[in-house]
Amino acid sequence: MSGPRYRAAGAELLIVEPLDLFTAVFHRPSGMTHLLTEPAPQILEVLAGEALTADALLARLSQDYELGDAAGEGAAMLQARLEELEAAGLIDAR
Amino acid sequence: MGRAVTPVERLVVLLREPTGAVALSLTEWTDALTVARAELLLGTLAHRVDGLALPAPVARVLADARVEAEETRRAALWEANRVARALRPLRIPAILLKGTAFVAAGLAAGRGRSIGDCDILIPRATLPEAEALLAQAGWEWVKSDPYDDHYYREWMHELPPLIHRERDRMLDVHHTILPPTARPKPDAAALIARAEKLDGGLAVLSHPDMIVHAAAHLFADGDLTGGLRNLWDIHALIEERGCDGVESQAARHDLAKAVARALRLAHAIYATPVPPAYRRATVIDRLYRRRMLARDGWGRGRHPVTRGAFYLRSHAIRMPLPLLARHLWIKWRKGKAAPASE
Amino acid sequence: MKHHVTLRVGPVGFRIGSDWRDPIDAVTALYRDYPRADFADYTVRLEAASPIRRWFRPSIHIAGDYRLPEAAPLPLAQGLLAAELGMNLQMALGHRRHLLLHAAVVARDDRAMLMSGISGAGKSTLSLLLARRGWRFLGDEFALIDPLTGLACPFPRAISLKNESLSVIPPDSHTGPLLTGTPKGDIRHVAPDAPAIAGMDRPARPTLLVFPRFGFPSASRVLPPAEAFVRLTQASTNYVAMGEAGFRVLTRLRSQVPAIALDYPDGAAGVAAVEALWDAL
Repeated sequence: MSGPRYRAAGAELLIVEPLDLFTAVFHRPSGMTHLLTEPAPQILEVLAGEALTADALLARLSQDYELGDAAGEGAAMLQARLEELEAAGLIDAR
Repeated sequence: MGRAVTPVERLVVLLREPTGAVALSLTEWTDALTVARAELLLGTLAHRVDGLALPAPVARVLADARVEAEETRRAALWEANRVARALRPLRIPAILLKGTAFVAAGLAAGRGRSIGDCDILIPRATLPEAEALLAQAGWEWVKSDPYDDHYYREWMHELPPLIHRERDRMLDVHHTILPPTARPKPDAAALIARAEKLDGGLAVLSHPDMIVHAAAHLFADGDLTGGLRNLWDIHALIEERGCDGVESQAARHDLAKAVARALRLAHAIYATPVPPAYRRATVIDRLYRRRMLARDGWGRGRHPVTRGAFYLRSHAIRMPLPLLARHLWIKWRKGKAAPASE
Repeated sequence: MKHHVTLRVGPVGFRIGSDWRDPIDAVTALYRDYPRADFADYTVRLEAASPIRRWFRPSIHIAGDYRLPEAAPLPLAQGLLAAELGMNLQMALGHRRHLLLHAAVVARDDRAMLMSGISGAGKSTLSLLLARRGWRFLGDEFALIDPLTGLACPFPRAISLKNESLSVIPPDSHTGPLLTGTPKGDIRHVAPDAPAIAGMDRPARPTLLVFPRFGFPSASRVLPPAEAFVRLTQASTNYVAMGEAGFRVLTRLRSQVPAIALDYPDGAAGVAAVEALWDAL
């Protein structure tokens, strides 16, 4: 299954300030401040490097993180996060 | 001969000929900035006098205004971006109007402009689908009363005003530029056909249509509150790209009178470079001019009689008399009923 | 407008105009030691609803460069309160030159302690008590943080004390009249002392950030970074309006200044607690 490829907004559009469990991200085009917690900062970091489909992103993140105990649950959760990030303008879908 | 220049006249002169700014006293500046704020022209003024040697406290306020205008521009462009994204399935461009259009197209009229709502123009046939797409993307109705809802849909020229649930910004979706009940009948299809595309699913009106729309908006759509700013839009548009095609488009959209008056007033107040035929003000023009300059150095509206007359006129313009009477009657009755209900 | 005064408080000039003379007299008296100015950053107007209402049941509508259309008018006797509210409104709605935090600010040796809380959290009383103990008073309503330098600029407006707090007003203070029956109860305004007025152009470096809570058993807690950041955004009236500059100022403030949540049972305990926190830095 393919689906759209996601890509993070360009680095010049974001100001990232790690706090503790949370990371504050200022998105310059929208003027909005987002407080992100895992796995959102990690998603942004991976997608800053390359454009990936949701499946490819899940595979990449699973190398380093636990994302739910079954592929189905992890994929659904990731999809929900991707939609939130896209609605906020932090990532684009192509 | 000559009475003293009033603060609002001084503001107009500053906009027209910024070099005079260096001669103002601090108290004159306090008045000028207060009037500019009240007329939503502070950002515009700040850009006009940028670079001149001014007293430090004045320069600070103007610098603040330029920073604020930049933030205004950012917010307007983001809103347009989100609207275009929501309406992508329609596969037609969302045509931006007014201030958002000016900044999206990088026009001089957008420099320093204050921008509140986002206004777009789309074909009437696409309204139901647009409504659904916008609701899905987080917009809600501002007015939820069924009578007001009916008023907006049937008699005005737009969907009822929308506001975005999270961003708290208003969106007005138009399918023409004047209410169907008003007498001039603009050609909405022609406006849409001649629109100029921008990136990202957005578009703006053609240059002559922008001026025609601004004139319609200035006279036919309101009681002239904000008139000085709207007239400045027209001035800036003409100064940047001239008047070609404006007269023929004005005739096309049944707005020749409004456009002619707008050109005469722009010349009278801002010395806009208009064709010679529009360089003399009529008696009625002077009344409009008086209404537009009705503000004192404290930011208060003056000439209450003139202002009242224009408010009554603005309602009459939007709705012919029998409809207007019914509308006001129902509004009055509802107002009376309110306290008794629990 | 017929009656008016223009005065400067720290970096901000206010022009206050009024349809009646009494409010201007009250403002002029309370701020008698403050510099007058020819230029105002903001204009406040105290207006009658109509010409008749200037004399018949006079009530003051607060207007100006920025206004709240639904605000209820105040009786003429509360003219000083109307002027103070009008000035607060211009700052809250219009000011972008500094990041604004709802906080009281006091300083020692040009190092500042910010006490952040909404109206009624006890910060005004604490700041008044600390000023009596030799701290320099920089303001009790708004902290003004300069986006370029990160410094706190003094904004020493009159301190407004209400109801139970009225008893802490020292007897030798220069005050406004006692205003009863206001929407918030009984109010009296106290002019800041001479050192505060003399120092109004001397900023201070934020060194300690306290979130006080009055009327609880003594306790204190260091705030972790994310919580401190969120509370700072909540404490700011213009964070969003300032855009990127607001984010940069706030993240820098958060990273450079320790943030403590402090509960205290009464004024004396509060003073002792913040001074102990300060000395422990």
